Amino acid sequence: MIREYTTTVEISGPLMLVDGVEGVAYEELVEIELPDGEIRHGKVLEIDSRMALVQLFEGSSGTGIAESKVRFLGKQVELGVSEEMLGRVFDGQGRPRAPFDTAPPIVPEKMKNINGAPINPYARDYPAEFIQTGFSSIDGINTLVRGQKLPVFSGSGLPHSAVAAQIARQARVVGEGESFAVVFAAMGITFEEADYFIRDFRKTGAMDRAVVFMNLASDPAIERISTPRMALTAAEYLAYEKDMHILVILTDMTNYCDALREISAARKEVPGRRGYPGYLYTDLSSIYERAGRIKGRKGSITQIPILTMPEDDKTHPIPDLTGYITEGQLILNRELHKKGIYPPMDVMESLSRLKDKGIGKGKTREDHADLFNQLMAAYSAGKDSRELAVILGAAALSPLDQKYLKFAEEYENRYISQGEHENRNIEETLDLGWELLKLLPRDEMKRIDPARLDKYWPVSEEDGPG
Amino acid sequence: MTRGTIDKIAGPLVVADGMKDARMYDLVYVSDYKLIGEIIELKGEKASIQVYEETGGLKPGDPVEATGKPLSVELGPGLVTAIYDGIQRPLDEIRKEAGDWITRGIGIRGLDHAKEWDFIPVAAVGLNVTGGEVLGEVPETNIITHRIMVPPEVSGEIVWMSEAGKFNIDTIIAKLKISDGSILELPMYHNWPVRKPRPIAEKKAPEEPLITGQRVIDAFFPLGKGGTACVPGPFGSGKTVIQHQLAKWADAEMVIYVGCGERGNEMTDVLQEFPELEDPKSGEPLINRTVLVANTSNMPVAAREASVYTGITIGEYFRDMGYSVALMADSTSRWAEAMREMSGRLEEMPGEEGYPAYLGTRIAEFYERAGNVKCRGGDRNGALTVVGAVSPAGGDLSDPVVQATLRVVKVFWSLQAKLAYARHFPAIGWLDSYSLYTDNLKEYYDKALGPEWVPMVKEAISLLQREANLLEIARLVGAESLSPEDQLILFTARSLREDFLHQNAFHEVDTYTSIVKQKLMMEVIMHTNAEMRKAIRGSVSPGDLFELPLKEEIARMSYIPEDHLDDIEAIKEHVNSQINDLIEKEQTA
Repeated sequence: MIREYTTTVEISGPLMLVDGVEGVAYEELVEIELPDGEIRHGKVLEIDSRMALVQLFEGSSGTGIAESKVRFLGKQVELGVSEEMLGRVFDGQGRPRAPFDTAPPIVPEKMKNINGAPINPYARDYPAEFIQTGFSSIDGINTLVRGQKLPVFSGSGLPHSAVAAQIARQARVVGEGESFAVVFAAMGITFEEADYFIRDFRKTGAMDRAVVFMNLASDPAIERISTPRMALTAAEYLAYEKDMHILVILTDMTNYCDALREISAARKEVPGRRGYPGYLYTDLSSIYERAGRIKGRKGSITQIPILTMPEDDKTHPIPDLTGYITEGQLILNRELHKKGIYPPMDVMESLSRLKDKGIGKGKTREDHADLFNQLMAAYSAGKDSRELAVILGAAALSPLDQKYLKFAEEYENRYISQGEHENRNIEETLDLGWELLKLLPRDEMKRIDPARLDKYWPVSEEDGPG
Repeated sequence: MTRGTIDKIAGPLVVADGMKDARMYDLVYVSDYKLIGEIIELKGEKASIQVYEETGGLKPGDPVEATGKPLSVELGPGLVTAIYDGIQRPLDEIRKEAGDWITRGIGIRGLDHAKEWDFIPVAAVGLNVTGGEVLGEVPETNIITHRIMVPPEVSGEIVWMSEAGKFNIDTIIAKLKISDGSILELPMYHNWPVRKPRPIAEKKAPEEPLITGQRVIDAFFPLGKGGTACVPGPFGSGKTVIQHQLAKWADAEMVIYVGCGERGNEMTDVLQEFPELEDPKSGEPLINRTVLVANTSNMPVAAREASVYTGITIGEYFRDMGYSVALMADSTSRWAEAMREMSGRLEEMPGEEGYPAYLGTRIAEFYERAGNVKCRGGDRNGALTVVGAVSPAGGDLSDPVVQATLRVVKVFWSLQAKLAYARHFPAIGWLDSYSLYTDNLKEYYDKALGPEWVPMVKEAISLLQREANLLEIARLVGAESLSPEDQLILFTARSLREDFLHQNAFHEVDTYTSIVKQKLMMEVIMHTNAEMRKAIRGSVSPGDLFELPLKEEIARMSYIPEDHLDDIEAIKEHVNSQINDLIEKEQTA
């Protein structure tokens, strides 16, 4: 039963209030027909026995109180899915997106509610398969595993797009030849950024195994609310019903949150920090928690959301709440970027919470965990020495501090830094770690199990140079 | 039973009309899906209901049915090893019924009513019993004997007791003649409302530490059994690892782990790891003493609000049996946020940062349910220890949830991002953390570790405090310009930090340290400090002392297994001989 109303009483921002409605359900999909025949979409945000509050996905410009026809469609927002989605570019609502995609709409195999349902924690399988991204700063230090959600915290002007594209290009599970299929959702990014990804996907052939959802900066902001949900619905279909391993890249989450704030402000809700709604955490978790693996199902969803931190401030609500939900974060650092280091990965502040189960014997190599701990401790000490050198002058440092200082420099220039098309395997990354540690005295290796130290750095070997 | 209809739907809040006879906090079923909800406000005939499941698709006019009973949990055999959602629905059963995703309107009871248990009667006919008295026992797992108690608020004379046998929990195991002369039949389980603390006979101050095997906690900032602690810290500082470590190694007899609004994968981690890990005391799988409550961040927000109450009620129930119970809640901030969300939807006047004005009261009430107690109905003591993680916005400790929590808890483990970045774990800051139980526990430690332990710890803490001051000076003038004795302070403090406080949760030996080993380790460090100070006063160059190979041996102490503790003791001898050799060498030179 489709019910049509012309009883709109209020339009404010992206919201529309319709009076005298009956039998309308919460979260129901709405179609609005403008006088010129244009069709817009929305969903029911709040409903009582008389009024329905409708959120318009494409914004309210051009809608009028008198002439808009509002139809309630009796179902929730859905996305038509099929394997034909691979290689296609859609807009924020799942329609082919010109000029990137001019082919006719896909023939859906089935319709899926874009909100998904929470995965039963009991049904989850713990992510434990190491993903080799080819970046030493990720594989060696902040290891990514299949089914993890690991965001990139960036700032304006930093090369997060290049890093994300490189991960998408290089990500492999060691021992399995199969690469990941990529589901890419762009929210409020510029045409140029979007074009960069699409061209990169096309150039490397990744496009055949990619599904792209695109809401550009010029598209309606409100559409950004549904864009990541569309993308994740497609990802869930491909992962859990078609046994594929999916890498989901969501960029830029900051634009998503701003759209959410816009709706919240229009609803005159009590604002939380910096004007974002109090339920921002819950809302973000309904996106991020859709990553994972499920027992007995072959596919998986690994998520790499990208967000730009306003003023590089990690305590801003968006990075802050994201960090509380995701399993770690990769932070790009402006200082390293200025030094010309690519990727400018801040390994100290970055973290992968799931790395411990994904590394070690049978996954990467037995020495990985100890090596990681020692590298981090040494780099931290090296940075302290660097600070000291700024105050006292490098000459005044103790011999040990000088060694640490040297280590920090080499670590940044050789370990963190690598080429945009350099794909290091895990062995290379680990061996490079040992090579750098040998710049330090052997008895400083406090974080390494003695037996392992003897194996990888025999006592007979002299202390390294310097 | 009151029946009404839906008037308004806004997210997890549903307003129902025609609810005149309903009472606050009554459990209600919403719509034909029978979604579970709880009444949180009454205005005239309208009741505001927080719904514990997704509300999408509900319509005004749908039926609402009040049960007249508050939200309760089922307490009886079958709790141990269970994994529940926020309103005590077993997640494994939900998966069997609904598949890998949680759908709506699944009505599964908290306990398995078909499973049969070995029941052994304890009480005898003719006895006058009150709430809490033990009627019988069920060996639930190899570690936990489930004591079937007279429900609180019930008393009377036992007129019939069941024989020993194998029964399901619905079986009547005792009949009481109560004050009005009628006969009350008692099955093996009873219900208890989650928001109401279970009664106790008497509350006492904690006298024993909860040994956690974590050096920074047991030695520096110990938690008493029956006490409360709070672990605030920014993301990435290791709150969850600490909570997991406590759940694994704390010497509690029962552990309740509440994952409140946190990551799904973290609960999976616990679920997969606990059946494999061994309890260090009994050698049994850890899961056999654990109840999990998991309401992950993407599960309905209202059920998240209920999850901490579900957890603590189950904790109190095991405490009443006379067990020492530890409850970990990760994270209480998510619980507070759920309260904030519901409060916002009710259009209540907000307090600080949009949190409701009653935030502090609710937090205090929650932690006050912890305690070292004398149980009702018999001569048993139980303890319920509560450790709450707090996730302050931006890691800022002025956050209302942190501040409200610090007002009630006695132990504060301050997690610091700076330590986490340097990969110093557990990242508990030694300068601003505190424990107010040190005095209560002194007697225990004096007995267990000798009277020298407490003063030694005090000395170690003061060394670390002096280090902080000295480091500031050293930063300006260079460490070499400090006096030799000050240089020694820096040396020893570093050793305390790196060789004692730092602990690797993922190393099979280092993950747990007995208090005996903790004492030995600290003794070695402090002994070295004392010997070096003597040598320095005998004008040995500090630089030469600090280069001695003993450093490396001390750094490896933490990896020495518990059954080789003599090896730690022996280090002291090596320290003596190395320092003496150096003194001789310098004297002859």
